[in-house]
Amino acid sequence: MSASPETGTGPGAMQASDGVGPEEDVQQAVPVAPPAEKKARTWTAFIGPVLAFLLFIAIWYLMHYWALEAVFDRPAFLITEPDRVIEESFLDGDNRTTLLQGLYWTTVVAMCGLSISIVLGMTIAIGMAQAQWLERSFWPYLVALQAIPILAITPIIASVFGFGFSARILVCVIISLFPIVSNTLFGLLSADRLQHDMFTLHGASRRTRLMKLQLPGAMPAIFTGFRIAAGLSVIGAVVGELFFRRGEKGIGILLDVFRQRNNYPLMYGALLLSSMLGIAVFTLFGWIGNRVVGKWYVSTREGR
Amino acid sequence: MTADTITPIPDKATAAYIDFQNVSMTFPDGTHAVDDVSFEVRQGEFVTVVGPSGCGKSTLLRIASGLTKQTGGTVIGNPREMGYVFQDATLLQWRTVQRNIDLFAELESMPKKERQQRVAENIELVGLSGHEEKYPKQLSGGMKMRVSLARSLVMEPSMFLFDEPFGALDEITREFLNDELLSLFKSKQFGSLFITHSIYEAVFLSTRVLVMSARPGRIVASFDIPFPYPRTPDLRFGAEFGEIAGEVSHALRGAHE
Repeated sequence: MSASPETGTGPGAMQASDGVGPEEDVQQAVPVAPPAEKKARTWTAFIGPVLAFLLFIAIWYLMHYWALEAVFDRPAFLITEPDRVIEESFLDGDNRTTLLQGLYWTTVVAMCGLSISIVLGMTIAIGMAQAQWLERSFWPYLVALQAIPILAITPIIASVFGFGFSARILVCVIISLFPIVSNTLFGLLSADRLQHDMFTLHGASRRTRLMKLQLPGAMPAIFTGFRIAAGLSVIGAVVGELFFRRGEKGIGILLDVFRQRNNYPLMYGALLLSSMLGIAVFTLFGWIGNRVVGKWYVSTREGR
Repeated sequence: MTADTITPIPDKATAAYIDFQNVSMTFPDGTHAVDDVSFEVRQGEFVTVVGPSGCGKSTLLRIASGLTKQTGGTVIGNPREMGYVFQDATLLQWRTVQRNIDLFAELESMPKKERQQRVAENIELVGLSGHEEKYPKQLSGGMKMRVSLARSLVMEPSMFLFDEPFGALDEITREFLNDELLSLFKSKQFGSLFITHSIYEAVFLSTRVLVMSARPGRIVASFDIPFPYPRTPDLRFGAEFGEIAGEVSHALRGAHE
């Protein structure tokens, strides 16, 4: 409240209605990084991951050529060396076809399961956000669902859904549902109180409030949930295939088949594919999320 | 200072009218926020309530707008005619400046054509031309408040409720926006109930300043501010201004004890 000299004292220092906004008021949202900083970013963004990857490959080779026999006293073939995995799994035409077909079926199961989880999970979360008694009543069961070991309920699933495709999808849904419900619910409930007041003052209905305030505001959290669930759905699909093996041969089934036949190179090939599928869907949903909310969302890790 | 100003003519018959009659507010948790408060705001009046933090000033606005129901006394007014400007700009982060300014009109189902026109007018009025497509995260605090103000102006309220709208801004931006607000006040002739804890802001803006005591909030003093509008930024450094601000400050200190 001091009368500092530079507080725009001159008469006419400011005219409100002339439509000229004070340009100095504008904040640069994304400051242009100086070259040195850019270099540092290239380092962390690029060189670090490359080094980590090389380290990973090196450990893999080390296990095969040295550690398995010298340290663990096991035969070296249990961990196939990376180049042989690549050669036998992906350079051989027949094997590649088998594996890629497995990848296809696992992807189908994972995406079916994920889609169901998304629709079901968001519906549950929206319901819970509308009525607190719903949340109170059903939340514990969701937590319980999340805590159930799939192995323990496989007999029940099998007796109801059989040993095929639908049983695998169910495993997928059980595993990936919870993060979608919890993240969506969290997002819907974290709308600002004053913004709610604002909607109240202008006569917004429940529906309007949901569509124009809660859902859009929840999008960052919802996409976080999708991303987690996407990774889990791949795990769900592979695990489901390990138990429910009738029908199409997905990666999980191939994994087990190759293990039984002591075909370790192909087993590792299948393992690689399934983890790459997990990474791919995780990245995909991260990317979609970024496309949807990146323009406006200020994440706490801004400037990553 | 020139004297060729329109002195606000109070008119009880207009919609721009808030009358608090012996209003009290005790919250369910027992907090006695407001105690026996009576005052009125008419069209063309700029009434500011100053008081220490947590004295129930904001509660007055929530009561005036109908968001909170008082537990005692009577409030006369028409919330539909009021524009409520919150302390936070409360912009929807996912909407651009333009679509934020459009929000209230959209919620109240104003015809699209009229909305577009009013939004465009008010963007220009608050000096945000050229920033229509920006998102809130790209705006400074001052610009966010302009968006918030424009959003209410679109509805052309005859009465404004301001809840410490500039409290979070730096002083330079705040004085800037004070000047702008007064030009708007003069051109639009709305009534205004303004909450602040800045004495200088209160005296500079208002036709009348009410001093509120610490909780439970009571109106302990009322000052008519004689300066005519338009008020130039220079007014803040005049002797008379200082004198009045001193009196308000004195009353505030008395209320605090």
